[in-house]
Amino acid sequence: MADRSEVATTKSEGFDERPVAPAVDIFEDAGGITLLADMPGVSKDRLDVKLDGDSLSIEGRVELDAPREMRALWAEVSVPRFRRTFTLSRELDAARIEANLKDGVLTLRLPKQAHAQPRRIEVNSA
Amino acid sequence: MLEIMHTRPQSLFDQLETMQRLLSRSFGVEGAPGGIRSVAHGAFPEINVGRTRTSVEVFAFAPGIDAASIEVTIERNVLKISGVRTSAIPSRDTKTQLYSNERPEGRFSRAVSLPDDVDPLKVEARYRDGILRVSVSLNVAAQPQRIAVQ
Repeated sequence: MADRSEVATTKSEGFDERPVAPAVDIFEDAGGITLLADMPGVSKDRLDVKLDGDSLSIEGRVELDAPREMRALWAEVSVPRFRRTFTLSRELDAARIEANLKDGVLTLRLPKQAHAQPRRIEVNSA
Repeated sequence: MLEIMHTRPQSLFDQLETMQRLLSRSFGVEGAPGGIRSVAHGAFPEINVGRTRTSVEVFAFAPGIDAASIEVTIERNVLKISGVRTSAIPSRDTKTQLYSNERPEGRFSRAVSLPDDVDPLKVEARYRDGILRVSVSLNVAAQPQRIAVQ
């Protein structure tokens, strides 16, 4: 209970430090892969999208705009940090990844390398 | 009996808190639903509630929603937050391959019981970074007052 009452009263200190994995939607079309992640309370300057080799990690710190003297009565969200890591496959063009954050939703667009985009193979008749 | 109850205007939330504390102490159950309107873990949006000397603050973690479409109502001291979250996934055709669909979508609605001493006419709601914050002021009579000693 002590932990829970700190949840909403402090901005980031006093939170449980283990990150939680954000819920994601991932889908692929001919041009690439789109990833959406729910990260409520994360602003642009508290978001980190990192690419290390073929490992893509997203991390964000939750900021609750709460009055300092507030006492928590009920807390379903007690984790201040989101983190999730994905392994990319080689046909994705890491240099052209686009990230956009709006209303607590991170959208990542991972385009495929030009040569990896589907193309029709001509069938030659003998 | 009635008078005793009136001297403890925050009893609803206090009881909830006490019950939770007792639960977590005796059974190690953390976050077990306590109120009649609480729901099992994983509901959308998730809600935190806090209290200051002058207001009750409700935070709804509802990312990716058009602020204009969120409906916030207070009726008989029950705060209701509802709206719709549209799916970002394109219609399922042969060209789109779906790998993961964890984000909740569709209509949502959650209700929170407020204490008796709030003023339902003094409510403020703001939406920022996917969190809806609703501040409900306490009745002036319920707010702590300093009494001058003559």
